This record gives sequence, C-alpha cells and structure tokens, in this order.
Amino acid sequence: MQPVHLELTSVDMEFPTPKGPFCALKNVNLKIDKGEFISLIGHSGCGKSTVLNIVAGLYEATRGGVLLDGREVRGPGPERAVVFQNHSLLPWLTVWQNVELAVDTVFKRTKSKAEKKEWIEHNLNLVHMDHAMDKRPAEISGGMKQRVGIARALAMEPEVLLMDEPFGALDALTRAHLQDSLMEIQATLKNTVIMVTHDVDEAVLLSDRIVMMSNGPAADVGEISHVDLERPRDRLVLADKPEYNHFRHQVLRFLYEKQVKVETIPAAAPATESENVDADSEDKTTDRVA
Amino acid sequence: MTASTGTKALPTPTKPSALSTWISENSGAAIRAVLLPLTGIFFFLILWSASASHIVTSLGKFPGPADVATQAMTLLQEHRDERAKANAFYERQEARNADRVAKDPSYTPKFRQYTGKPTFIDQIFTSLYTVLMGFFLASLIAIPLGIVIGLSEKLYAAANPLIQLFKPVSPLAWLPLVTMVVSALYVSENPTFEKSFVTSVITVMLCSLWPTVLNTAVGVSAISPDLLNVSRVLRLGWFTHVWKIVLPSAMPMIFTGLRLSLGVAWMVLIAAEMLAQNPGLGKFVWDEFQNGSSNSLARIMTAVLVIGAVGYLLDRAMLGLLRTVSWDKSASTR
Repeated sequence: MQPVHLELTSVDMEFPTPKGPFCALKNVNLKIDKGEFISLIGHSGCGKSTVLNIVAGLYEATRGGVLLDGREVRGPGPERAVVFQNHSLLPWLTVWQNVELAVDTVFKRTKSKAEKKEWIEHNLNLVHMDHAMDKRPAEISGGMKQRVGIARALAMEPEVLLMDEPFGALDALTRAHLQDSLMEIQATLKNTVIMVTHDVDEAVLLSDRIVMMSNGPAADVGEISHVDLERPRDRLVLADKPEYNHFRHQVLRFLYEKQVKVETIPAAAPATESENVDADSEDKTTDRVA
Repeated sequence: MTASTGTKALPTPTKPSALSTWISENSGAAIRAVLLPLTGIFFFLILWSASASHIVTSLGKFPGPADVATQAMTLLQEHRDERAKANAFYERQEARNADRVAKDPSYTPKFRQYTGKPTFIDQIFTSLYTVLMGFFLASLIAIPLGIVIGLSEKLYAAANPLIQLFKPVSPLAWLPLVTMVVSALYVSENPTFEKSFVTSVITVMLCSLWPTVLNTAVGVSAISPDLLNVSRVLRLGWFTHVWKIVLPSAMPMIFTGLRLSLGVAWMVLIAAEMLAQNPGLGKFVWDEFQNGSSNSLARIMTAVLVIGAVGYLLDRAMLGLLRTVSWDKSASTR
C-alpha cells in the first residue's frame, strides 16, 4: 500500500477566550490520497474552516498534527496554496500582477523571466481570465476575482489546493459556472484538493469523498461518503440519476437528521427585552424546543 | 399693452435654447460649484469692510479690502522694482568687467551678488522652501517610524503615550530649545544653511511629524488579515512583506497623514519664522509689525491672505497626489 499523501492525526484545536479555552475540534482524523478531491461539509461553526486553516498552517493544532508526504506541516507555505472565500486579491495590483507576485515568490530561482511570464499566462488561461489581465480587482466581478484567486493558487504549483468556501459569496449561476471550470481544471491537473463548503450539491458534484463534520464545539469527522460517480460529470445529466440523489440524500440526512443544528440564542438578547416578555414569550419557547 | 410685454407675462412654451437647457440641467451643480462660494466671499468682503472702518488702532484704521488690494499691488510693484534694480546692477557689473578685460586681458573679472533686501514675493518662496524641507525631513522620519510601530502591537503601546505627549506641543515651546541646540551643535566655518533656517526647519519637523506617524501606524495595523494570510502562504520575507503588502495597503492612510502634516507644517512655519527671524512670510509679518507705518496693517493683512492661499494650494496639491497614488478610490478625498 502506498504511503498516505496527507494525513491529519488526532487533531485538537482550542481557542483561548476570556471564559477559558474553547474546544473547536476534538480528535479529527483524516487520510487523503494524492489527486483526491475532498469536501468538508457541516453546519456553520462546526470547525470545517478551522480544519482547512490547520492544514494550511495558518493555525497550529493544539494537539495532534498534519503530515504531508511524511513531513510535518509547520506554518503556511505555497505547497499548500489557499483560495480564500473573499478572493483576497491585492487591490492595488492588476490581475496579472497578483498572479505575478505568487509566481515571482515561488519560482524566484527555478524559472527564467520568460518562463515566469508564460506560466502566469498559462494559469490565467486556465481560469479563462486572460482577457482581463490588466484590470484591477475593483474593476472585475466577484466571480472573476475568485477565478483570479484560483489562478494565483494554481500558479504556486501546490501539492494540495485548499479552498475555503470558494464560491460561497457568489450568485447561483456564477457559482455553477465556476464549479464547471474547476472540474475542467481538475481533470487536467489532478490536484489534491480540500474544499470547505456548505452547499450539498456542490459537494456531491465535485468531490471524490465528502467529509461530513459533526456539530461543534469539539467537532470531529462524523461520516465520510465516497462519491464514485463517473467523471467527467455533467450537472444536467446527474440531476436525473438516482446515484446522484442517493449521495445528496446521504449528506442531507446527516446534516438535517443526525446533526440537527440548534441555534443558540445569545443569553444577553432576551434579557434586554424583559419588558416585552409577554409578547415574546411564545417565540422563545418555540426556539428552545427547536 | 404691447404684445412683447404680454409674452413676458405669459411665456409661450417654446423650445428652450441649448444654454438654458444646460443651465437647468446643471443648475444644482453650477450653483454649488461657483455661485455659493462667490456669495460667501461677497458677504465676507462686505462684513470685513463694514467692521474694518469702525476699528481704529494706533496705526490708523483697520485696513478694509480696498486698502489690502492697494498694498498687494504695491508689494508686487516693489518686487518688480527690486528685480529691475538687480538686473541693472548685474548689467553694470558685466559691462564693467568686459571693459576691464578688454583693457587688460590678464584681469580675472569679479562677480558680486546683488545684496538688495528680499521682497514679499521672495519671502513667499523662502517660506515654501523652508516648509517643504521641514516636511520632507518629517516624512523621512515619520513614515518608517509609523510602519515599525504599526507592525507591532507592543511597540505601538510603548510609543503611543510619547506620541500623544508631544503631538499637542506648540512650536513656540520647542523654538527656544531648538535654537539653543542648533547654536551649540551646528557650528561650521562656512555653513550651507543659515542657523535661523535650520532652526525653523527643525521646529517645523518636530511639530509636523505626528499626524503622519499616527496615520501610518493606524494604516499599517489596519491591514486586512486576509492579505496577511496571503503573505504568510507565500512565505514572503520581512522586507518583501512590508514593501509589497503593508506599504501599498497603508498608502491611502499614509497620504492622509502627510496631508495633515503639511497643513500643520505650514501653520507652524509662520510662527517659527517670526521668532527665529528666518527670512520668510513670518519674518515679513513681524518686520511690518515692528515697522509700524500707516500701511503696515494692510501689508500684514495681505500676508495673511497669501499665507491662507498658499496653505490651500499646498493642501490641494497633496490631495491630488493622494488621488493619483491611492488605489482605494473610496478613501476620503475632500
């Protein structure tokens, strides 16, 4: 059996708060093979982004750790490129310069000037952004910014591509468009990808495996679903297939039956409205029951 | 009643001319841009001339707008006369030298500088030169200091009380100290700069440092955590991080600070020049005050208006610069 590409071993994460440490993750274990597309799904606040940040090295796990090709992850690095939710492009640089900064940093000595130029263009072509290379982030749409964010991450030639709700801030049509683009890119590059999402369809459409996380605090991996749908996948064809709906239901059942999200009401909020107790009392009881 | 007056009373709906259309479409903007400021100035002039005639000082009546306009013209004329004199002096000198060289080829001609007193116009430029020098030195210290402080919360906490302590200090309080220190340390046989100039520049610098330091520090510390994460993922070195991420990100704030600093510098300079006796607008005002002629008040008032106008132009120039360098077009540009 070949060695595991990326491995999370009994990862705990605690955040210090004024009221003592808050345990976000407890005993998270995950093994990921090379070229696998993994989705992390769960209710908001379950710590799926925390897992991603630990793999990225932006957070340091309180206990346990991450091994990439047998080496321990210590701090962030371009071999674990991150696509951030809100694109995080440098607003004073053009699209081209944003990618250039990454390419110049990662391939400082290994690529010649001409090679770097070609590589920047190649990556912008890949995300279909070659027509707006001289535009600044403020001049392009949200979907385009996210494309550039992906191009910048891909240009680092990462071992693992980490995506933190990459399409979460986009409208449904743009999102579908970008998902198709991502599948297309993934078919050629065969990167290892970890994507955080809260969109069930997105997870089923894109992933090889869906990692469903239990609710926090002290969240861990609840279930893992192997999505062995044939590739290339077409969202229109899949929509009618029973296998596709099987995976959808599996994730939905986990999220809405096994891990019902209880919205906790902040303690201070009702107290301030103590005068209106009569009017509000009904709402409060229903909230508590839910 | 004739037909023409009838149409005036009841205008027939004709097609409006291009000009009137333009005026009606842009009337709001036009009024705001031209008419309202002009109205403001008009009422100020009326109020000024009305109250000026009632104020009688030991140097005569307080000058009204007309007196000031006359003195402004006089000052301009004095400048032209002085220039003409200087040119005449140089012409004479040249002719004399040419004459002597013609008679005796071995003679090396001597050139002397014209030593007339600086005119009002000269003093405006001296003041500008001094203020820009002080402002430049202040920026040279303030921007790096602000960056270093902004990058580290601990350094910021350590430096903040000192900044708050020195920020409100008046230039008049610094000046005696600066004068003494400059006299003690700036000793040279053939000084490049006058001592009074150095004193003014340093005082301007000390007072105009703070807005830039504070704004730079705030701009640097307010950098978006997402951009910091980008920098971390790319493993940028300290210098690259500051140069490529921190500095451009803080640029709008830095320039806001610089703009405030230049305003402070100009205000401080006039006071510094008065006391340090550095040639410039401050000294002009002081000399006119000491002179005490019947024209003095009008000449001082002219200087006041010029000081205001120069300050305004400096501020506009900084704003223009801020707009060109700032990537954040939503940043305050008023």
